[in-house]
Amino acid sequence: MQQALARHHSIFLLILRRMRAPLILLIALFAIAVLGLTLVPGPVVDGQTSYLSFFHAFYFISYTATTIGFGEIPYTFSDQQRLWVIISIYLSVIGWAYTLGSVFNLLADRSLRQAIAMQGFVRAVRRLREPFYLVCGYGETGRLICDALDRMGLRVVVIEVDENKLGELDLHSYAADVPALCADAANPETLKFAGLTHSSCIGVIALTNDDATNLAIAIAARLLAPRVPALCRAERTATSANMASFGTRHILNPFERFSETLALSLHAPKASQLFGWLTGLPGSHVEQRRDPPRGNWIVCGHGRFGRLLVDAMDSEAVPVTIIDIDPKPDGIHRWVQGDGTGADALHEAGVLEATGIVCGTSSDVDNLSIAVTARELNKALFVILRQNHESNRALFEAFESDITVVPSRVIAHECIAILSTPLLAPFLDEIRRRDEEWCGELLHRLTHRLGWRVPQIRSQRINLSRAPALYRRLMRGETITLERLLRSPADRSMAIDCEVLYLDRDDDDHVMTPAPDEKIRPGDELLFAGTRRALEDIDLIIANEHTLEYILTGRDLPGGRIWELLAQRRRKKSQPQLP
Amino acid sequence: MNLEKVIFGFFIVLAATLNFGFFVGDIENPAHHDVYELFAALVVSLIATVLKFGDRTQIGAVHLSTSLVADLQLIAAAMVWGYAAHVGGGMSPEMTARVVSLSGGALFANVVSVIILIAETIMQRR
Repeated sequence: MQQALARHHSIFLLILRRMRAPLILLIALFAIAVLGLTLVPGPVVDGQTSYLSFFHAFYFISYTATTIGFGEIPYTFSDQQRLWVIISIYLSVIGWAYTLGSVFNLLADRSLRQAIAMQGFVRAVRRLREPFYLVCGYGETGRLICDALDRMGLRVVVIEVDENKLGELDLHSYAADVPALCADAANPETLKFAGLTHSSCIGVIALTNDDATNLAIAIAARLLAPRVPALCRAERTATSANMASFGTRHILNPFERFSETLALSLHAPKASQLFGWLTGLPGSHVEQRRDPPRGNWIVCGHGRFGRLLVDAMDSEAVPVTIIDIDPKPDGIHRWVQGDGTGADALHEAGVLEATGIVCGTSSDVDNLSIAVTARELNKALFVILRQNHESNRALFEAFESDITVVPSRVIAHECIAILSTPLLAPFLDEIRRRDEEWCGELLHRLTHRLGWRVPQIRSQRINLSRAPALYRRLMRGETITLERLLRSPADRSMAIDCEVLYLDRDDDDHVMTPAPDEKIRPGDELLFAGTRRALEDIDLIIANEHTLEYILTGRDLPGGRIWELLAQRRRKKSQPQLP
Repeated sequence: MNLEKVIFGFFIVLAATLNFGFFVGDIENPAHHDVYELFAALVVSLIATVLKFGDRTQIGAVHLSTSLVADLQLIAAAMVWGYAAHVGGGMSPEMTARVVSLSGGALFANVVSVIILIAETIMQRR
């Protein structure tokens, strides 16, 4: 690290070396002008030809060359001197023009600017004292994730290879300063500069649109910073398998994730809705959409996306017809040759009898064209659209599909869910194991209380640093139930809009959706879902002695030592009078 | 033969020789020390310093530092001379001794520079 840094420390030397020629020219021209001025005979004073001394000559040339111009000293110049001064003026103008030209040239120099930017970036990263995430790739997904992390109050360091995309970062207003570097993240040196081995780095998120780069980042993270969790995007199955082989903590494959979700929604629509509600972007609205029906399905485009969806449908025993330019009959599915954008291929695939269609080619225009044609032929068709580019968003919103799959958003959702709430993953796993009825009930209860807007989800451990007030009370042996705790700090008769989804005990035990009378123990980790306000209230309640006292007993604790003493005396006095 | 090396060596040796030329003579006698030679020594020394800019090697760093010392001494000498000639009322033997001794310090730095130059040349064996 030190050695690599040293390479960028030499900017000063680089500037000096580039300035060598102009500086030497400037010194030489000055010397010639000064020397000449001392040699040229001046006016005759007291019958003797006067000469300028070096002192006066240097003084004169200094203010002439810098265009200040005080006049002729110590006597009015002779014509010979004036002749030499004319020459000196033009010489010095050339010298200055050349020097300034070189300075500006140097400042505009690409490699120098890069070196300066790099040095600034390295310094900014080194000075980070708060925990930060290293985000590689600032595309659509990267932007969504940086936004979310920034809103969560976490710092972000960005590496992006495309200068134009990095320019967008400057236009975007983040609450905290985001150090960004334009470089290839596949280079481990770059990752080190960006703080991979920094003690405050709490995670690496590889989101570039190139699988090989993401793989390189995953390996670098595994070897250079094994304790730092890595979240890596992989679009090919081979890449995800490769990443899994050396223990990458989280592999984000948008198509695989969506096909899993689709399979879930085919056999357990309620569970899938619950999933959507829990893992959406906080604050966005989840529509009560209709669930994918069982019946004949048509899949257009048998690429990475189409193949995974076909697998998902196979596992749910849903009959599939595949439309592809290049059919590969496998004896299980019906194959139709064509591209699906025309009515012929769709008719041949049996669009009139089908219940659903997947438009999953890699071209947005084709996907929309298929969807529009298919809808016209069969109004009741369930349409799953794949949107490849964020820029086509308006088109996809105008067409009312049942599900629009945007890979960048699928990844962003998952990433944010993993980052913001580590406890959410075990909870979601548990949901997968529960039956449909249970999920339906839970969804009904939660959405009834909190609405269809995606809630804020947060896990909170009850320990001395995060929840000092509550922790101290619990350690004193007090019994506090969830019901008593989740009260509004403004009025304790009101409950706050917040539910506890999951309770992780210190001793490896856990409780799913704990009942209101569940007791909290010190060291528990709780998974809350609720409005932003409610979660802020919780932060206050568990950390602030006074608020907690009010919540639990209804008494307002006096602030300050003197008031506390007075209050204790009064309470002692008044206690005997109580029955 | 490398033209850059020739110019580099030329300026370093010239700085030392000019400095020596100014330095030799009776330390108190203004007639033994020509102000034009001081001027030339200062200018050549400045150019030699700039030539040493940007060398990343260890030896380059020492080169630069000795040169900076020489510049500093010569500039101080020039300032003392300017003060003596224009403010202090002429070059008294006392003032001349000051100027020359300052240039003597610069001469030492220049000699070190020349020694480093020779050492570097021998080290490279080609």
